[in-house]
Amino acid sequence: MTNPFLDDALDLVTATENACARHHNDPAALLEILHDLQEEVGHVPQVILPTIAKALNLSRAEVHGVVSFYHDFHETAGGTVRVQVCRAEACQSMGALDLIERICRRHGVTLGETSADGGITIEPVYCLGNCALSPAAMVNGRPVGRVTEERLDRAIREARA
Amino acid sequence: MAILKEPDFGTPKSKAATMVSLEIDGIKVSVPEGTSVMRAARQVGQEVPSLCAADMLDAWGSCRMCLVEIEGARGTPASCTTPVREGMKVKTQTQRLEKIRRGVMELYISDHPLDCLTCAANGDCELQDTAGEVGLRDVRYGFEGEKHFGAGADPKDESNPYFTFDSSKCIVCSRCVRACEEVQGTFALTIQGRGFDSKVSAGIMADDFFGSECVSCGACVQACPTATLREKAVHEHGVPNRSVLTTCAYCGVGCSFKAELQGDQVIRMVPHKDGGANEGHSCVKGRFAWGYATHKDRVTTPMIREKTTDPWKEVSWDEAIHYAAQRFRTIQEKHGKGSIGGITSSRCTNEEVYAVQKLIRAAFGNNNVDTCARVCHSPTGYGLKTTLGTSAGTQDFKSVEQSDVILVIGANPTDGHPVFASRMKKRLREGAKLIVADPRRIDLVRSPHVAASHHLQLRPGTNVALMNALAHVVVTEGLVDEAFVAERCEAREFDRWRTFVAEERNSPEALEEKTGVPADDVRAAARLYATGGNAAIYYGLGVTEHSQGSTMVMAMANLAMATGNIGREGVGINPLRGQNNVQGSCDMGSFPHEFSGYRHVSDDKVRTLFEGDWGVKLSPEPGLRIPNMFAAAVEGSFRGLFVQGEDIAQSDPNTRHVTAALEAMECIVVQDLFLNETAAYAHVFFPGTSFLEKDGTFTNAERRINRVRPVMAEKNGGMAEWDAVCRLARAMGYNMHYDSASDIMDEIARLTPTFKGVSFARLDREGSMQWPVDDAAPNGTPTMHVAGFVRGKGRFMITEYVPTEERTNRSFPLILTTGRILSQYNVGAQTRRTENSRWHEVDRLEIHPFDAEERGIADGDMVSIQSRMGAVTLPAMISERMPQGVVYTTFHHPTSGSNVITTDQSDWATNCPEYKVTAVQVARSNQPSEWQMELENLYETNYRRAAVEPAE
Repeated sequence: MTNPFLDDALDLVTATENACARHHNDPAALLEILHDLQEEVGHVPQVILPTIAKALNLSRAEVHGVVSFYHDFHETAGGTVRVQVCRAEACQSMGALDLIERICRRHGVTLGETSADGGITIEPVYCLGNCALSPAAMVNGRPVGRVTEERLDRAIREARA
Repeated sequence: MAILKEPDFGTPKSKAATMVSLEIDGIKVSVPEGTSVMRAARQVGQEVPSLCAADMLDAWGSCRMCLVEIEGARGTPASCTTPVREGMKVKTQTQRLEKIRRGVMELYISDHPLDCLTCAANGDCELQDTAGEVGLRDVRYGFEGEKHFGAGADPKDESNPYFTFDSSKCIVCSRCVRACEEVQGTFALTIQGRGFDSKVSAGIMADDFFGSECVSCGACVQACPTATLREKAVHEHGVPNRSVLTTCAYCGVGCSFKAELQGDQVIRMVPHKDGGANEGHSCVKGRFAWGYATHKDRVTTPMIREKTTDPWKEVSWDEAIHYAAQRFRTIQEKHGKGSIGGITSSRCTNEEVYAVQKLIRAAFGNNNVDTCARVCHSPTGYGLKTTLGTSAGTQDFKSVEQSDVILVIGANPTDGHPVFASRMKKRLREGAKLIVADPRRIDLVRSPHVAASHHLQLRPGTNVALMNALAHVVVTEGLVDEAFVAERCEAREFDRWRTFVAEERNSPEALEEKTGVPADDVRAAARLYATGGNAAIYYGLGVTEHSQGSTMVMAMANLAMATGNIGREGVGINPLRGQNNVQGSCDMGSFPHEFSGYRHVSDDKVRTLFEGDWGVKLSPEPGLRIPNMFAAAVEGSFRGLFVQGEDIAQSDPNTRHVTAALEAMECIVVQDLFLNETAAYAHVFFPGTSFLEKDGTFTNAERRINRVRPVMAEKNGGMAEWDAVCRLARAMGYNMHYDSASDIMDEIARLTPTFKGVSFARLDREGSMQWPVDDAAPNGTPTMHVAGFVRGKGRFMITEYVPTEERTNRSFPLILTTGRILSQYNVGAQTRRTENSRWHEVDRLEIHPFDAEERGIADGDMVSIQSRMGAVTLPAMISERMPQGVVYTTFHHPTSGSNVITTDQSDWATNCPEYKVTAVQVARSNQPSEWQMELENLYETNYRRAAVEPAE
């Protein structure tokens, strides 16, 4: 997902300005712009917040407040595969905590972080709206129900393919 | 008085006219529709506990302490977010509520340190008070686990020089964030993260308070209910234990403050909510930059010397006064009565200014009195008096809340008049439209949540052309308010003006080349101003400090009258006055041709009145203006000057001419806090008093007369400034005596019709008043010209555009214009002696990237700025705020010497100097200018003080 051409700070600024311009620099479009950037750049780093603020005529603080509120906007680039595992009530009752512990150990990451090789990020979420199929997870945006280690492995393999 | 705790009603006042009746704990109350239950309850003394509510902020409803029970309503709604309804029955205290509140408080305290006794907010903490109110006895959740204090605490942010931010004490009530947004309008703070991770952040993660967009107004500190945001002075000294109500001595907004003290030591200044000018808000200068009053540079003993190259000798007050009197008398004996004069200060109280002008008129026996308003707003006085009939702005500051279109001309309110700017920005966020006419892209043109509809980026010196072009559009497109003009203005003069501005040469298209503003923009702005609803003009020195300053003021009055934008709330023509008492010093008869209340000295009736009261014959001849004094000094006929609290050597244009004049004089008496630049040329120094020592009144830009009260004894040996002036008058043979400053005001009221109803007793009882306070308006006049103009009918004046003689050419291709910055004040005598300097350590030359590149100038390079008058060297700052061809600097530091470059050009009517237009060349330089090197030498000679003999 990370765009190798955007490593350069200047390109990052240009990409940000373009994203803002696409939404007519409308402050009401801040969330859409952040989504675009998360999509294009792979994350929403702090360094681009002043550029967004300037374009939308907002303060730096306001943009930071919004970005930091949403878990889906990432400060740093995540792994190639992003696994979100639900740890809300229904999934916990179906053994989610145990499952999380096992998959984290298996991939050598702590919850919420990215593996050293950048291959995988495992994050907690609080309800995916899929309680009927608890425990629930999502792999690169694809829901996985009645998660077991095996089912999750398969989904990860598919995502890498 | 003991510490003054102002009541806080929790939510803002409702402006609705309809009243709603309800019952709170059995008490009947009637409040305007839209009032919150919390406010209604607190109005009848039922103090619902709360943490996130404050009446300067909109209701937020996050703390869950203010819950109430309402008959027939489900649950326990938050009283701050619940509006009153007819017949509502509210209970603010029940067992159920008690239990809920205590439970919520337990949660708060489970993540809050229990170090109350050693906390900086001890005794001044709403969390502590509320915990007491709800009877918290135990925290069942313990203090183990994740928390924000102790080992889990973020380091304290001490980057701001005046306050600290300690997030471990934060309860995330958002009051600071909301104060920054709603009151100040800067939006520098936010809540970062969510849930348990939420915390206050200044800007992005890399920012600390100092590096953020924060302007250090202190609204967040004032709003904070805990010790999270707290003044460093409180950390150092403890919470204050007494208050004195007084008025800020910086800009013309004239904010009301509670000086909070321990003994005679100021701990902090807190803006007063009842202050009409500021309604509980302040800026970085008023709230924090008062440390100069006790700065080590302050001179507190009178000093004299024979020659300016001699070291100063400290003497007693008596000796200094007699020495000055004797030197002045000797000059008058040799060179005539008119050979001496004085300058009053817009920094001093009305009473002190009045005393000085009386000293000059009655004891000196001439009218050689002028004031620093000469160099700032004298064209305002002339222009508004000619067209409307009175030398003052037409509105109060509150009026801006009713404006639909705001035209800002030649003013930079966010830097120069920050508290008013906050009020203006609030209205702009509500949807009012903004037009900015300024060569520089000031912050108001575009800053978070504010954007000007039109920025008319005109060339300096073409104000009148632009105004005529706007008027042309109004007249030729049928936008004149014919009914208003027919009823309120002189018809013949209006017709003459209408014909004049309608001429094709005054069209935006014809003037485009001169002003540099596209004709379409001018047309659109004129239409907006004329048809957008209530339109108000706010202006500053960018209007007045030009060779056509007075013409421009009249041109604005013409435009306002033609569109009917005068005489009610939300409209008007409003000078943003630079200094705290520039309005007052003008009112007090500081001009050489006018007694107090703007009455001409040649008017026999008025003069007889003063002669009768003062018991002395007065001259019917107007005296010398400041520039005339300098000219006469150089030529030899003017030889003695009394300078009250003004630094003419730094502030007046063409420094070399000014210093030549000062050097030529035989006796200069300076009354000031510091040995300022002018004192280098003085023979007698009277130590002055700071505003913290003064008893008197200031009059702000909205004509508001506000009390200034002493919080400490005079540091200069107990000598009030007016008293020193009276003693000097007596030593010169004129018996001038007052028992108190209040006495002086009584005399002012006796002799000045517009001040007829003013007295200290009334001001102390009723708060501030806006003049005129007379029989027609016994409680003062917030809006002027309501029923008719003061002069009878409004008078349109022909405003022909005449370009200044200061022109650019090949040798001087750029135009230099000047302005101010938020943290520093004018010549900086005060703010440079505070931590405010950290925001602005040096004056810089702002230059457009293209002009810089052409000259090989990089950001930060030292550059020499050369005009026809002189040269100085400053660091460059490359800035896209500037249009090409125009450079800009501030004038807060004496060594910058901006006035070494400024010229002798001045307003045709009032001699107000043309500070805003100087043709210059800019080039890279590696050394200070010749003048700056001379200044270094001057510091070594003219500031010496004789060594004090050891006591043994």
